[in-house]
Amino acid sequence: MKSSSPSLLKATFAIVRKDLAAEFRSFELISAMLIFSLLVIIIFNFALELDIKTREAVNAGVLWTTFAFAGTLGLNRSMSVEKDRGCMDGLLLAPVDRSAIYFGKALSNLAFMVIVEAIVLPVYSMLYNVNLFRIDLLAVIILGSIGYTAVGTLLATMSVQTRMREVLLPILLFPIAIPVLLAAVKASGGLLAGSTFAEIMTPFNLLVVYDVIFIAIAFMVFDFVVEE
Amino acid sequence: MQPRPIALKILDFVSVILLAISTYLALFFAPTELVMGEVQRVFYFHIGTAWVGLLGFVIAAIAGIAYLVTKNMLWDRFELAAVEVSTVFFFITIALGSIWARPAWNTWWTWDPRLTTAAITELIYVAYFMLRQGIEEPEKRARFGAVYTLLGGISAPITFMVIRLFRSIHPVVIGAANASQEKMSMTSDMKTAFFFALFAFTVIFIDMIWHRLRLSSLEEKVEQLKLNSLM
Repeated sequence: MKSSSPSLLKATFAIVRKDLAAEFRSFELISAMLIFSLLVIIIFNFALELDIKTREAVNAGVLWTTFAFAGTLGLNRSMSVEKDRGCMDGLLLAPVDRSAIYFGKALSNLAFMVIVEAIVLPVYSMLYNVNLFRIDLLAVIILGSIGYTAVGTLLATMSVQTRMREVLLPILLFPIAIPVLLAAVKASGGLLAGSTFAEIMTPFNLLVVYDVIFIAIAFMVFDFVVEE
Repeated sequence: MQPRPIALKILDFVSVILLAISTYLALFFAPTELVMGEVQRVFYFHIGTAWVGLLGFVIAAIAGIAYLVTKNMLWDRFELAAVEVSTVFFFITIALGSIWARPAWNTWWTWDPRLTTAAITELIYVAYFMLRQGIEEPEKRARFGAVYTLLGGISAPITFMVIRLFRSIHPVVIGAANASQEKMSMTSDMKTAFFFALFAFTVIFIDMIWHRLRLSSLEEKVEQLKLNSLM
């Protein structure tokens, strides 16, 4: 059996390809996340009276709140689709390592989040006249998104199997993801306030540490949350 | 219904006595703190409950790992007992801290690293109860619970480290990180009250865990009886 099963990498990418192909046919998830993100930004605009002075201080916070909210929307949808149509059982029956399912789902969730960010960032830059296209800022955003989806994929897999389903994910995810969100806000905020890369090294390192730890943990415990 | 085991009865009795002595030590025996005054007396119970609260969360994470490895439901009950008791104690810690903070910092709450981490930790374990509530099969509930306590146990210290990037105003009792931090120095009478409170709350904690475990096994028995009567 072992010899005929595809390698971990191949199985992972097969799942990513499946998710992306399904998504690019309908654009359900990405368009929902995108419109939601824009609405959140608009609400912030009124709630915080984003004039030039305030904006400088809260840009990073507004962006990360938007990404986090849109992220839960995407994570929930991506996992409940698997659950509702019985696709999860199909995936579990496939002769591949369970961690391939985790990495596949996590990577496609990350892809959705990054696609949404790639559209939100230029729009935000334009609306608020702030340059968000800096390689160091993009690195922070990618690292933050990796940590968020790594733990988010695991928790979404759990939450869709409970009675409360979608409602439960943010409650489970936010307290666990606070370190990554905080470090990301701190690093992005520093960069937007004109700090050099060396000055944001501490939160940046924490982002890397969080990513490594939580990818490792999620990889180790994923088997336990899909067991039947 | 089985009667309480005699050892548990003794432990109950000892717990009450220890709590009474600890209260006496904190309120009358320990000298009044020079700067903070009488309100500082809240500190002994604040530390006592915080200690058992954190102890319980660590025990829960270990019990969670033990469950995942052995799949023995006993570990799950142990984990649930630890989280339940600790969540209550930790809430008491936060409430007592607030009572102290009002006169000392002139505010009920501040977004200091310790306070923020405490609030987030408490929320993690409230989320844990919501997660368990939403799952019917006991075996799945145990697995998910174990995974979540493990994640929480790892996330909470990282949260603390991250928030420490901001400045802390919380007094440091043992081992100040640097000289600029406010440090509490205790007289020997204060130390007596302090360590006695730690000891007393540890015993109370064990007593409560025991009761909670006993309750779990009684619950299980009721379930069994219900099933038997249906058949």
